[in-house]
Amino acid sequence: MNGQKIPKKKVKAMVVSQEQIAEQIYDLWIETELARDARAGQFVALYPHDAATLLPRPISICEADGEAHRLRLVYRVAGRGTAEFSTYGAKDTLDVLGVLGNGFPVERAAGKRVFLMGGGIGIPPMLQLAKELDAEKQILLGYRNGDLFLQEDLGRYGQVHIATEDGSVGVQGNVMDIIRGSGLTADVIMACGPMPMLRAVKQYAAERGIDAYISLEERMACGVGACLGCVCATRDVDSHSHVNNARICTDGPVFEAKEVNI
Amino acid sequence: MNTKVTIAGVTFANPVMTASGTFGSGMEYSDFVDLNRLGAVVTKGVANVPWPGNPTPRVAETYGGMLNAIGLQNPGIDVFIERDIPFLKQYDTKIIVNVCGKTVGDYLEVVERLGDEAVDMLEINVSCPNVKEGAIAFGQKADCLYDITSQIKRKAKQPVIMKLSPNVTDIAEMARAAEAAGADALSMINTITGMKIDIYRRKFALANRTGGLSGPAIKPIAVRMVYQASHAVQIPVIGMGGIANGEDAVEFLLAGASAVAVGAMNFVNPYATVEVIEGIENYMRRCGVENVTELIGAVEG
Repeated sequence: MNGQKIPKKKVKAMVVSQEQIAEQIYDLWIETELARDARAGQFVALYPHDAATLLPRPISICEADGEAHRLRLVYRVAGRGTAEFSTYGAKDTLDVLGVLGNGFPVERAAGKRVFLMGGGIGIPPMLQLAKELDAEKQILLGYRNGDLFLQEDLGRYGQVHIATEDGSVGVQGNVMDIIRGSGLTADVIMACGPMPMLRAVKQYAAERGIDAYISLEERMACGVGACLGCVCATRDVDSHSHVNNARICTDGPVFEAKEVNI
Repeated sequence: MNTKVTIAGVTFANPVMTASGTFGSGMEYSDFVDLNRLGAVVTKGVANVPWPGNPTPRVAETYGGMLNAIGLQNPGIDVFIERDIPFLKQYDTKIIVNVCGKTVGDYLEVVERLGDEAVDMLEINVSCPNVKEGAIAFGQKADCLYDITSQIKRKAKQPVIMKLSPNVTDIAEMARAAEAAGADALSMINTITGMKIDIYRRKFALANRTGGLSGPAIKPIAVRMVYQASHAVQIPVIGMGGIANGEDAVEFLLAGASAVAVGAMNFVNPYATVEVIEGIENYMRRCGVENVTELIGAVEG
């Protein structure tokens, strides 16, 4: 979507800092040259040191500080690899593959009213997006419970609305329930979160005829478009295999909602 | 120091290739690897028509390995000839096209279409465990393997490599059947059928339920099969299965492989192919090996 072609690299990165910010959620800053070219909605893949865990773990970019060569990665511990990452402290080193994926098309939302919608571990990429977007931003965040994260960081870039599944903070339900109750409207939606949420976003956008860009996730191996592991069914013929199966790692992870059959 | 190897009349600058399905047609790895360095690029399998592949999830990690059930998603031979072969022709490397099909006719159609293309060898995939029809069905019974190999050999203009499955009782019997039918070389091993279950969700990790296991976890099995097959036939064997570095590659050569391929480890280390080449060269220097061919089948005992 960016149109620009920056060569991908596997590089050594150093941990600057790490802290736990919610249950199973970690906030990791790493120093890497990859930060220079990183944009909202792109991701990097981190390699665990444990040789039994072969594959790099794709993690979305929460913040990129190109000048300081730093990336902020906020991730959930979901298995063996991410559990290892959560033990890292300052000065630890790790291998990172990046920068991967296309990113959000921020230029298509310039000057418009935009919903930034994040659900759960789909919230982190909304922060870099909020920083890059020159638009009227309404930030809609969905959490499982009152164990919130990143809501204060995001609050610096726009009005934050919160939904929790258990109703302990904000609206009870998910990000779509925030819209229903509030009368909020937008010209463009940019969203990342669990599949049921993204399906609801796609449907909402279609009903109102507004543009929506959603960031998808799938189990992946190579991260660079070779293995064809992480595909998503698409409306149009895909560029690689011509079979309506786009590669989330390279053709995505951000797709226009109407392009994908989710 | 000489790293050249010759298989069925085709001479490779070094014995390191890419394993089919792990390297696309090279484009995706050209950011990382100078494709001119590689002995050969073995492409992702291509069929007569586009194949959409299997539902997701298609990949899952296992201890020291990974399962895949991509299901041979590919753009079909038309796009392949128009896009992938011209791309690869820009490089000073050999081009080996992996061919897949559901019926013998599918394979023959692709083989015929490739006849006048700038392709150095054909690798016939009769060993993919992830598609319901064709593929592995041809590679698990010696008489079926003999039949498809001889039919392909009658049509093929390039030398034919039969890629064998490890999911058989007697690999030597399969190797002999392919050789008897005229195969010019063998490659092995394709992935080993496996399964992973998510115990908390009580679901299969792969939508296809079963997948092909690859990576370092399978290397000892691959070395053993390369040894058995290469001692059963006269034609060259290309060895693969979890090769991560030069030492692994040398192990396959000593077991009897005439060349090797790097597969799943491309996903783990996108520079793996070149590092394997450099690792073989380092081994040769350290151990005083002048010709890499001296290593082929040189295990003692």
